[in-house]
Amino acid sequence: MKTELTINGRSRAIDVEPRMTLLDALRDAAGLKGTHAGCEHGVCGACTVIVDGDAVRSCLMFAVQCDGMEITTIEGVAADPGELDVVQDSFCETHGLQCGYCTPGMVLAAKALLAVEKDPSDEQIRDAISGNICRCTGYGQIVEAIRLAAKRLRESNTAAMEAGE
Amino acid sequence: MSGPAKLFQGKYVSTDRRVREDPRFVAGHGRFVQDIDRPGMLHVALVAAQAPAARIVKIDPSAALAMEGVVDVIDGAELSAAVNPLMNGLDTPKVQRFPLAVGQNRYAGEWVAAVVAETRALAEDAAEKVRVETEKLGFVIDAEQALEEGATPVHPEHGSNLLLDRTFDWGPVDEDFARSDDSLKLRVTWGRNSTVPIETFGVICEWNAWEKVLDVWASIQMPKYADQIARALKLHGNEVRVHYDVDVGGSYGVKRGIKQTVLAGYLARKLGRPVRLIEDRLENMRSGDAHGPERIFDIEVAFDRDGTVNAMRMRALDNAGAYAGRAPFQLGKPIGAIVGPYRINSVQYRAMSVTTNKAVQEAVRGFGQAPTNYAIETMMDRVADHLGIDRLDLRQKNLIRPDEFPYEIPSGSKYDSGDYQAVIAKVLEQGDYDGMRAERDRLRAEGMCAGIGVAACLEPSGGNSSFEPLLNPANRTSTWMEGSRVNIDALGDVTVAIHTTSSGQGHETLAATVVGEVLGVDPDRVRVVRPDSLGSLPGNSPVGSRMAIMLGGAAANAARDIIRQAIAIGAHLMDADPGDCSYDSGTVIGPGGAEIAWTEIVDVAHRRFHDLPKGTNPGLTASFIQQVPTGETLPKDGKAQMYPCYSFEFHLVLVAFAPVLAKPELRRYVIGHDCGTVINPHIVKGMTLGGIAHGIGATLLEEFAYDGEGQLMTQSFLDYLMPSSHEVPEVQIVKHCTPSPLTEFGQKGSGESGYLGSPAAISGAIHDALKPWGIHLNKLPIRMAAISDAIAAAEEKGHP
Amino acid sequence: MKAAPFDYLRPGSVGEACEALAADMEARVLAGGQTLVPMLAMRLSRPSRLVDITRLEELSRIDRVEDGVAIGAAVRQCIALRSDIIASDVPLLAAALPHVGHPPTRARGTVGGSIAHGDPSAEIALAATILDARIMFLADGEEEEFSPEEFFIGPTVTMAPLGGLLTRVVFPSRPSGRVGAAFHEIASRRSDYAFASTGAQVVLDGDGTCTDALLGVGSVGDTPVALDVSALAGTRLGEEDIRGAVEAALEDLDCVDDLHATATYRRRAAAQLAAQSLRNARDRAVEETA
Repeated sequence: MKTELTINGRSRAIDVEPRMTLLDALRDAAGLKGTHAGCEHGVCGACTVIVDGDAVRSCLMFAVQCDGMEITTIEGVAADPGELDVVQDSFCETHGLQCGYCTPGMVLAAKALLAVEKDPSDEQIRDAISGNICRCTGYGQIVEAIRLAAKRLRESNTAAMEAGE
Repeated sequence: MSGPAKLFQGKYVSTDRRVREDPRFVAGHGRFVQDIDRPGMLHVALVAAQAPAARIVKIDPSAALAMEGVVDVIDGAELSAAVNPLMNGLDTPKVQRFPLAVGQNRYAGEWVAAVVAETRALAEDAAEKVRVETEKLGFVIDAEQALEEGATPVHPEHGSNLLLDRTFDWGPVDEDFARSDDSLKLRVTWGRNSTVPIETFGVICEWNAWEKVLDVWASIQMPKYADQIARALKLHGNEVRVHYDVDVGGSYGVKRGIKQTVLAGYLARKLGRPVRLIEDRLENMRSGDAHGPERIFDIEVAFDRDGTVNAMRMRALDNAGAYAGRAPFQLGKPIGAIVGPYRINSVQYRAMSVTTNKAVQEAVRGFGQAPTNYAIETMMDRVADHLGIDRLDLRQKNLIRPDEFPYEIPSGSKYDSGDYQAVIAKVLEQGDYDGMRAERDRLRAEGMCAGIGVAACLEPSGGNSSFEPLLNPANRTSTWMEGSRVNIDALGDVTVAIHTTSSGQGHETLAATVVGEVLGVDPDRVRVVRPDSLGSLPGNSPVGSRMAIMLGGAAANAARDIIRQAIAIGAHLMDADPGDCSYDSGTVIGPGGAEIAWTEIVDVAHRRFHDLPKGTNPGLTASFIQQVPTGETLPKDGKAQMYPCYSFEFHLVLVAFAPVLAKPELRRYVIGHDCGTVINPHIVKGMTLGGIAHGIGATLLEEFAYDGEGQLMTQSFLDYLMPSSHEVPEVQIVKHCTPSPLTEFGQKGSGESGYLGSPAAISGAIHDALKPWGIHLNKLPIRMAAISDAIAAAEEKGHP
Repeated sequence: MKAAPFDYLRPGSVGEACEALAADMEARVLAGGQTLVPMLAMRLSRPSRLVDITRLEELSRIDRVEDGVAIGAAVRQCIALRSDIIASDVPLLAAALPHVGHPPTRARGTVGGSIAHGDPSAEIALAATILDARIMFLADGEEEEFSPEEFFIGPTVTMAPLGGLLTRVVFPSRPSGRVGAAFHEIASRRSDYAFASTGAQVVLDGDGTCTDALLGVGSVGDTPVALDVSALAGTRLGEEDIRGAVEAALEDLDCVDDLHATATYRRRAAAQLAAQSLRNARDRAVEETA
């Protein structure tokens, strides 16, 4: 079935079986391997991507459902190869990861939170990532990373405002 | 040994540096096995047995083979005729295991056939069409029932369900019991759980007929993986090439994957195309053979009225599941810390491993130490309760003292170093124990159940395999090495090679930090590479909390060899005695302060053979194979030096819950941690926090539970419950450093930290909270309903 | 874990959707998919065709209607959670929604899908049961209406008419007077299937006397159930009143036993949470100005 997805700002036409999940389509039809399969039944959150502004589980959507939708995957987060965005860099600063398998989903869940909440409480941070299971970190350094990213984003906004931008 | 090891002061070691692996992962540019596409790759789906035990009468693949896109269907009869049985390490020749069941299956979910197709979806479609005709057989699920006279044997040819039954007597146990004032018995049970990485196990095999080599990309953490595959597939050792540049999405012990790899390797050779077997979550949970220990401890402990614990008898009965796997050896490793951090004079330990019709165990974080620590610490709590002594006082009374190291425990292992008292004192102070007690009492006054739990325990580290020769005298393994190589290129830049995969432990950071430290080079300038297994030095992979010690040691020693060569070159250029020269961050300094620059050394090494001192090889490269410290001897008389280094952790937890809803909340969590010199603080912190989370799961949530019909009830993430960010509290870590005298910088292991003590501490806190009702919940996981029902039952009887 | 093959249709109208469903009894509606897709992945459900209603404008509205608030079958839970209409007119549903799933599942899961699935631990189903919402189907060109009590008949078993399309759920608007609503649940992890869940809504008159009280319990048995606490009318919802009413209401409650929670636990937890919901509902009603 012909389907058109806008992935990380770029429109791609793919031809997939209706049963192919968005997760598999991103990985196998679009060749974007940063979105990971963890449980394929909607619990672990490793496959989290942003669809039309919301963090969702890509294993719980079929690619054909997403025809015409805007999808952001982890590959669309960094501005340029080798240049991390603030959230990604904050994960590196606090070592908010170990094996890296749940990390793309965590980063996107964090970005979805920070898009709507500039100064999240720890409770809000924990709630935002509660659907993303991490087996390595015990979440402590992930919460620290998101806290740090929020602070940095607020400071850069303040600096931008003061500079009259 | 001459006094305690000194604190290491380094330029890069122990400093707050970023972890170099992280950027590729946060960008989604890790390279996991699922990310690898090989041209013409085929996909495997498995056909699982329905009943816990059944004779396989006939497998009819015709309907599956007729489907479009289906390439092959194989069963255990075909596979077992072509490959050797999987190694198990015990002397139990009749307990044979193949990747697909042969003749009969022995647990529900066991793979009986494999379907190969052009896509995974097509393979799953076809797997549904494979007809498996069976006759049900009797089965046994419970370890104690499996031991009974007349129990259904899981392997009839083996004669019984016992895989291992060894009793060790270390010291005058009977005499110590006789001379003690008092004794008590307890039983605690560790439920079957596992590490359950978010990435399942996956492997791709490709047979290159022109080179005669099997290429393997796998999500692997397995000592001697390539050797085992070659043996099983009847290949030469150098006909298997494992690619170590594959990122592993979590393992914590379980990613052993031999059966999966042998299956995929056989198919790849047979079909002449790359074959990929990535377990889906159901395959992984039911049949990936990656469950952890399931253990009943019966303990008898003898002690004096003043709290001195004199002797312990412990029987550990482990439910191995359908095949030996690594289960029996996970009873062996805890022998190296069988008395925990305590001076217990004598121990009797009976290790029993029994087969049942459950899935197979694999190595799980701590290799059996976490259940044993839970048993020992629960025992200490009970003794304190029994004597009416404060739990901390009882522990203090029995702790090994700092001036007693190295301290040999009854089972023959020597603890290298430690200062348990100092760690505990710091935790009580920095963690505000007084405040915690006040908070507990305040919560109790409000009608909440509130309790404090403590656990003091050890993380043996530096992994070797002493438990193998100890439990199986036919096994003569004492070597358990790790290799590393350092190359200086013609531009003078440094590259370190490590020879294993990693699953989040930060080995690239470790190697770069250590080599940078020794050479005086910024670790960020050090490149780290992973050659494939044929290009690698020998090693035993990151098991047993060993890499800081072993890879750290190998890389440091290789770097030291580079310095030795550099000094030889520099001395030769200065016409000086190398013994009078020194090295500082690339520069060789001669006797009168003359200096030879790094560029000059490199130039000589790479381009000017005529300037090289005699006997020095050109090229500035060095390899070092590190043997495990203390690994000089085989076990003797039932005694063994298990792992060389002993990290210590002390947990202090405040738990609260309402009596009816009974949902334990971890209100405060403080851990004191001493793993000697820390190479990278971020990594050690993450290991500890992650280990605690894993322990929270084991204590409260996670269990591979089977029903009376032998079916696994918790095979998806809807029922196998892992802690989320809601269930894991913020943890305060209190650091302490007692360097190991046995290692390069004084480092010890930390890969299992947190997990080794949190179950005991949390369970202890729940018991403290339940004290008014006199309730003991002696089986993990402790479910909310169990707490609430027990309180209700006690209140019906008039308690408190 | 790949779904068995199926066809996919994205109809342009409710009529087209109904036609497709009526033409093929093996077809199923795809609303949010947060429960359906895992079942497909595990091949526990194998429809011939999925009829994707998520983009039907007509089903994506939250409207005030004469007797309540009509929530279209394709309204996503995250939208409902942010809805001012629901917050002001259906406070019990507003109290239940934050307990549904996680942010990413609420982003796709729908109110209608949750009802249609009929899970006994679904928060939205419990709110509908307590409030006696009207569950509206289109089948054979006719509108059919079900009360929750009729509709939920067992765990994930409902009276949904074959080939029918759930179009909307009409939740009664809050009664006049001082109204308070509360929702509670307990699970071993916050967002899991609850062991017990309860919701309550009370109405107070000007001097704080209860004129009406509703209570329901979910997650403990085969379906969510509304319980009779009419005895609370006329009381001031004191501790004794609440305890007595809850005890009487839960007397015949059927509770199930499973690995994660015993029946005895569920019953005890349900009683405690029911009282808590009634107390919190009362306190919220008290805060409302007379």
